[in-house]
Amino acid sequence: MSQVLIRSGRLFDPSTGLDEPSDVLIKEGYVTAIGSNLDEDGAEIVEAAGCIVTPGLIDLHAHLREPGFEQKGTIQTETEAALQGGFTTVCAMPNTDPTPDNAPAVEGLLKRIAQDAQVRVFPVGSTTVGRSGKKLSALSELADTGCVAVTDDGSPVASSSLMRNALNLAGSVGMVVAEHCDEPGLSGNGTMHEGAISELLGLAGQPDAAETASIARNIELCELTGGRLHIMHVTTARGVEQVQRAKERGLPITSEVTPSHLFLTDEAVAGGDLTPAYNTSAKINPPLRTEEDRLALLAGVNAGVIDAIATDHAPHAPEEKQCEFDLAPFGISCAETALATVTTLVARGELHLAPALRSLTQGPAEVFALQRHVPGIGTLKIGAPGDVTVFDPEEIWTVNPSQFASKGHNTPLAGIELQGRVRAVIVEGTVKHMREAPDA
Amino acid sequence: MVSIKPANSAGTEVGQPQGAPEPPTTVWALKDLLDTNTLSMKDLELVFETTDTMVEVRERPVGRVATLRGTTVVTLFYENSTRTRASFEIAAKALGADVINLAAATSSVGKGESLVDTVRTIEAVGADILVIRHPGSGAATLAARHTNASVINGGDGAHAHPTQALLDLYTMRQHVGDLEHRKVVIVGDVLHSRVARSNLWALRKAGAQVTLCGPSTLLPRSLESLPVHEGAGTCRVTSNLGEALEEADIVMALRIQRERQEQGLLPSLREYIRNYQITEERLGNANPNALVMHPGPMNEGVEISPEVAHGLRSVVREQVANGVAVRMAILFLMATARRR
Repeated sequence: MSQVLIRSGRLFDPSTGLDEPSDVLIKEGYVTAIGSNLDEDGAEIVEAAGCIVTPGLIDLHAHLREPGFEQKGTIQTETEAALQGGFTTVCAMPNTDPTPDNAPAVEGLLKRIAQDAQVRVFPVGSTTVGRSGKKLSALSELADTGCVAVTDDGSPVASSSLMRNALNLAGSVGMVVAEHCDEPGLSGNGTMHEGAISELLGLAGQPDAAETASIARNIELCELTGGRLHIMHVTTARGVEQVQRAKERGLPITSEVTPSHLFLTDEAVAGGDLTPAYNTSAKINPPLRTEEDRLALLAGVNAGVIDAIATDHAPHAPEEKQCEFDLAPFGISCAETALATVTTLVARGELHLAPALRSLTQGPAEVFALQRHVPGIGTLKIGAPGDVTVFDPEEIWTVNPSQFASKGHNTPLAGIELQGRVRAVIVEGTVKHMREAPDA
Repeated sequence: MVSIKPANSAGTEVGQPQGAPEPPTTVWALKDLLDTNTLSMKDLELVFETTDTMVEVRERPVGRVATLRGTTVVTLFYENSTRTRASFEIAAKALGADVINLAAATSSVGKGESLVDTVRTIEAVGADILVIRHPGSGAATLAARHTNASVINGGDGAHAHPTQALLDLYTMRQHVGDLEHRKVVIVGDVLHSRVARSNLWALRKAGAQVTLCGPSTLLPRSLESLPVHEGAGTCRVTSNLGEALEEADIVMALRIQRERQEQGLLPSLREYIRNYQITEERLGNANPNALVMHPGPMNEGVEISPEVAHGLRSVVREQVANGVAVRMAILFLMATARRR
């Protein structure tokens, strides 16, 4: 009988508020006991002294690139990256080729996942056929094949009537519509945040209003339809405020933020001591914003207005980012740095540990109602799945993209010191990843 | 004064520039010239001092020296340009350098080769100095990062056009001397103008008071709130041309691209002309001796009236002539820095 005993760690379960020294015992893939001095007979031991033990981290927003863009990443490489970053569950974005917009496409994807994935993967379908924004995907079919949400991520659903219908129809089969909030008429050909830095560099910018005008529309449509709306990667201070007001009105709305937007500002594009000017690794969509926005996002996580920290992990092949800023694709490879950026922010006092960890576990589980598929996911209650992340909140390390498991080395954090590092990851009761303490 | 020596004493067919050669006060230390914001006031002075010598060289009957014999200058242009390219070519040849002109359409760029690969190839065939013009902001910065050749930014997107700014400042100094506290007004599509940005950095360094003026859709508002360093000039951003021109010492009109109308940034050219064309009447607000400049090519009758463009205050032709001398100075400084 397979058993794993995680010993002597600081157990931190945001779903129950538990924060105390405790062992965790996993048998046959499920949490069976929590407490001190648990029976270790025959169990594989994970020593967690000095470490925090949490429910396995859940990423609502990852680009695995397969099928269709295997030069950027594959299900194998990108779920290995997620695993090494401490994630036990990822939700795979649908900007692949073919697009998961019907049952056979999702079934094909599930087959590849069953073969190659290193962690749990939930598919996310596309809202419209081919993500073209013209015709709705087979929404109920997608729900029945296991898609936990739909989105056209990378692009918004520009047509308000189509978005209205998507919220109506997805809502009636209990599926979330996740939206990349952007008003294309305002973001135009912008490659970064519109502001002082874009004006200095002479780059076309995307104004805040491109995001907030779209959030406003989608909140109105959410109210009109009663459908479940998830606002992906909020980046603006004003956006956080809009989400907060909508929640106060009782609308079925959730939101996420990326670790990149919590950690960096548009100044990263201008470069610094360690990074080049016109840093294409800092080019993401929606763009890195200002310090004022960053502080509002942090406050949003701390106050629970933002439900999840989702990576928007977006690997690209090295040559794709080594080009003119205007021509570089958007995206940061951050599965392996996400938790460490969050724990660094906790160490700096910018994020509080409890809401930060909640936003990586129970928060995202609730956003896509993952408990309907895996009861207890995102918690460490008795009977919950044996998905556990163990990390050392003190270890300081330097980001070295050449050591990434991800095919994408596109990170603006190269050479930067982060505090907090994954020590062990258990997925469905199996120890899938171990990293020795540096002094061990 | 900067001395200009022939590449080798035996092989030169023209004489040395006259005047007592003195060692320069500053040494040029930059591998690349990407923008003016990396230049110190001493660098600017060195450029102007060297340009004085080059003007003198140009005024001689032959107008050429062999100082850069053995140096290969490659111009790589991803955008159309007549004057900048011709200016660099004439400058390089006047110094005895070999010049190779590559246009994006005729090189393998048309076959989909990346900028980085193109730049590496150009280095491999022996280029010492690469002059690059590109529609993307930051392209010259990228190129410089991937080659040991010295890169001169010949204009990248809306970012920078340092040699234009240097020739503009040189021309201004010829007429008004020290630029400290001088009021310079740059009028037009400032938001998309690399000329305006590079001028702004250099002018601020020289202590000038810069006003950026144009329709509100074409103004970079945040440039007004840039930190002011000690001795640096100020920057003001306004849509009110009448106010901007008050007591101006120098007025620079920028080219208006018709594209801005299609993008909806301007209702029509007529609207622009109505509010922002530099006319004799509007110059009534400016200092009576105010200089009028334009980086070219001009849309006469749009951003500038023909009377003003060819009027007594216009130094547009001098700008073009100085462009060659300034580029000779830059090529000379960079080539000699490479030999050190």
